[in-house]
Parts: sequence; structure tokens; C-alpha cells
Amino acid sequence: MIISKKKDIKDILKALEGYKTVYLFGCNSCAQQCKTGGPDELKEMTEALEANGLKVLGSSLVPETCYRQYVLKEFRNVPAAKEADAVLVLACGAGVRTVADANAETQPVLPANDSIFLATVERQGRFYEGCALCGECVLIETGGICPHTECPKGLLNGPCGGVANGMCEVNIDNECAWVRIYRRLKKQGRLHLMMKITPPKDHSVAIRPRNVLQRTPTGSVPKDRKKTG
Amino acid sequence: MSLKEELNAGRFVITAEICPPRGTDTAAFVEKARLLKGRIAAANVTDNQRAVMRLSSLACSVLLLREGIEPVFQMTCRDRNRIALQSDILGAWTLGIRNILALTGDHVSAGDHREAKAVFDLDSVQLVGLVSTLNSGRNLNNVELRGKTDFFLGAVVAPEADPWEPEEIKFEKKIAAGARFFQTQAIYDMERFKRFFDEAGNRGAKLIGGILLLKSAKMARYLNDNVPGVTVPQALIDELESTKDQLEAGINIASRQLRELKGYCHGAHIMAIGQEESVVRIIDGA
Repeated sequence: MIISKKKDIKDILKALEGYKTVYLFGCNSCAQQCKTGGPDELKEMTEALEANGLKVLGSSLVPETCYRQYVLKEFRNVPAAKEADAVLVLACGAGVRTVADANAETQPVLPANDSIFLATVERQGRFYEGCALCGECVLIETGGICPHTECPKGLLNGPCGGVANGMCEVNIDNECAWVRIYRRLKKQGRLHLMMKITPPKDHSVAIRPRNVLQRTPTGSVPKDRKKTG
Repeated sequence: MSLKEELNAGRFVITAEICPPRGTDTAAFVEKARLLKGRIAAANVTDNQRAVMRLSSLACSVLLLREGIEPVFQMTCRDRNRIALQSDILGAWTLGIRNILALTGDHVSAGDHREAKAVFDLDSVQLVGLVSTLNSGRNLNNVELRGKTDFFLGAVVAPEADPWEPEEIKFEKKIAAGARFFQTQAIYDMERFKRFFDEAGNRGAKLIGGILLLKSAKMARYLNDNVPGVTVPQALIDELESTKDQLEAGINIASRQLRELKGYCHGAHIMAIGQEESVVRIIDGA
């Protein structure tokens, strides 16, 4: 799940300066669970904007705002979405991007949230980052704990000198990722994996922007995405 | 004799740490260095220590060379990617620097530019490996260099790390990657260090024990609360507190540690942050 957090309403109002009407997009997936873009937040945002003199023409709560087809459907079927001076998206950055590519380019699309990380949902309302989408998974050798993500320095060959009583020097409430990797590999009888020198990471596998194009079963390619990647 | 020659000849070496200035006024830095000339085998120049921006360790290493003092050029992984690291390592060689100490480096969040991007393109094991590769005449992509390096290559180990085994694994990896000497994190548990030396002293790398001057009981407590991997025993804190001149007591403690290390270790590395003049007194007192 993608974790997002709300931007300060002052920053949102500043970005909307000069516009009179706004249309809102929420996201009934990740942002709904983060309480940053579900039905309650759309209502709350509508009230906040109207209290500051803006007219909210309407809102769409799509199942997943990062799905272009869902967003296109709203622009096709809801005239207010096209008519508003600006669109405010209560979703993650991918949601904002999807809306910004689906509407008329003359209509500004603005984010209401900051996107933070890709998360494991430990329980409702408790998320932690376990994957940084680095492009080349090392979990095969690290006991399922990601040193790129869970070590603030992204070290690949063991803990730094900053470990104190097994805790991280950067985030002092967190146990050192490498101490956890060490313990887990030991429990699994795979400590030999930690003893070999891991070479520098190949960052060329993750040059941005990244995209994937899967061919359809018939072998045809979507018309608007004829790009290899 | 160079640091490498002294260590290889089996002589006990003393190194000390000097911190570059925050700015271009190098007079005080040079002055402190001159105090140490002839008293130490080499001086370590820190690389934006604690992630606090200072004059470059490369430039200050060259200043030491001009003063006739052998520098140990400290390099961290925090601020440079592999291209910049290789470029600076080659540059250091051409300017006459012969020793490198490879470190991970403190995270930027510990320093004075917390908004900076922390690089860590390589880690310390990989940085040791990188210098070894350049020493062999090739770059990181195995392309032959026009002129190679031949650095005496060092790394760091924290003998009081807790837990020890992951640190030990990393220590072994640094040796395998080509580290030929180690300067340790500050040690206070001298018995534990002796045990570490007895086990690790014959694994192919020279061990130089770290002595951090305790300037006061307050500093000792600060270390215990804030500096990972360093534990000052209560007995030493009591010793500092029971005297009028705590700095004097700290110098005595450091001299005592130095004397002890002389008995068996390959060398001692004295860290006297901002108190370089005390280094001479620590050496004289040992």
C-alpha cells in the first residue's frame, strides 16, 4: 500500500489562489485507508475549501485513482470535473499523475497529500516501510529484511559503527536492520550469506522514470502506450 | 619510515586525529599539526566528521604533507558516489597521500546539514574493495588505469560493538577486501580489547587501538548517552570527578591506556577532539 499524509491546508489554499471553482478526486484504496482521501476526507476538504471562499463543484471517489480508466470515466461522465478551474487530488502522487494526464492539459491538477512510502500494513493505522522499489530485490540474501530500505544508510555488508545495544543510531527507537538480518539468517542456518562480500549496487536498473509494457494476450499493444521499457 | 613501514617492521605506532577547520583559515590547523610533528607516525584527517561540513580532508592531508607530517586521509561513503570517490582517491595519490582510512561515515541527520542527500553509494567494505581495485591498476568497472595507486589501506572496527558478531563479520570482510590496518573506535574496556587483540591481531591486519581523551566527567557521560559503540566505565567517570583538574585526570587516563597498549598492541590512535596539544602530553605521560 502507498502511504500518504495530508498537506497543510494553508499550502493547498495557497496553491489554489486565483481559482474560484474546484473539483475533488479521492481514492477509495490506499488513501482511504490512510485517512487522506476517503469519503470523510473529501467531505472535510469540501468544507475547508468552501469556508475559504472556494466553490467545490463536486467530487469523485474512484476505486483506485492510479487507474487511468477509472479517472477517464469520471471526466467523460461528470461535467463538473471538466468545468472546474482546478482539480485537487486526495490520493498519492501516482493518483495525482493519473488525473493530470487524463484531463484537459489546460486544467491545473494539484496534490492534497504528500506521498511517503510503500508500506506493509501491520494493523489498521500502523504502517511501516519494508520495500524501496529499488529494482533489484536483495531479500533473497538478507532473510527477507531489506537493507536498502530499513538501514538509513542502505548498507549492504553489515551494520555500521553506529549500532548501540543493537539499535540504530539514526532512528534510535528502531533495531538495527543488520542486527535483525544477522539474527534471522542465523536462525535460518544461512549466516554464510552475510559473510560474503556484496558488491556495489547496480543503480542502472532503476533509472527513472520506469515503465512496464505487458503485451496483451493477442499480442497487440495499447495504442496510447507504444513505448518499450 | 612511513606508517606502513613502521607497522610492518613491528614497531608500535602512534597516530592522532586532527579535525579540519570550518573555513579557509588554516593557521590553527597547521599550528596544531606542528605540535605533533615528530611525535606521531601519522595524523588522521577527518572527513566532515559527525556529518558537520568542514574543509576537505583531502586538502588538509596535503597541508600536512607540506608540513612534513604523514597524513591518513579519511574517506567516508556519505558524501560521494563511486565516480567522485575514485576520482578523489586518484587525486590523493597524485598529490602524495599514501594512507587511506575507509569509513561508512555518520548519517547526515547527525550533522549540520540535515537537509542534505545522504549518498552511501558504496558501503565501507565496498570502499575498501574499491581502493584495492585502484591499487591493482583497474577502476571499479575493471578498466585499466593509466597509472595506478598503491595506498596503505585502513578501516575501522568497533571492538566494543554490541552485538559483536555482526561487527566481527564486517571486520572479516574488510580484511578480505584488502584492509591492512585498523584504527578502532574508542576503547575503555581494556580487558575486552586485549581479548579482541589476542583473537584478531594475527588475521593479516595491524590493529591500532583507539584512545579518546576524556576532557571531563560530563564528556564521559555525554559519550555514554550519545555516541554509539562507546562505553566509559563508571570507575573512570568517578576518577575524573574526584579530581579538581578533570582534563589533567583525562590526560592521565589516556597515558595509562597508551602505556597498556604499548605492551602488546600494534599501535594507538589518539583522538583528542579540539585538544591536539594534549596529545603530546598523553604521549609524554605514557
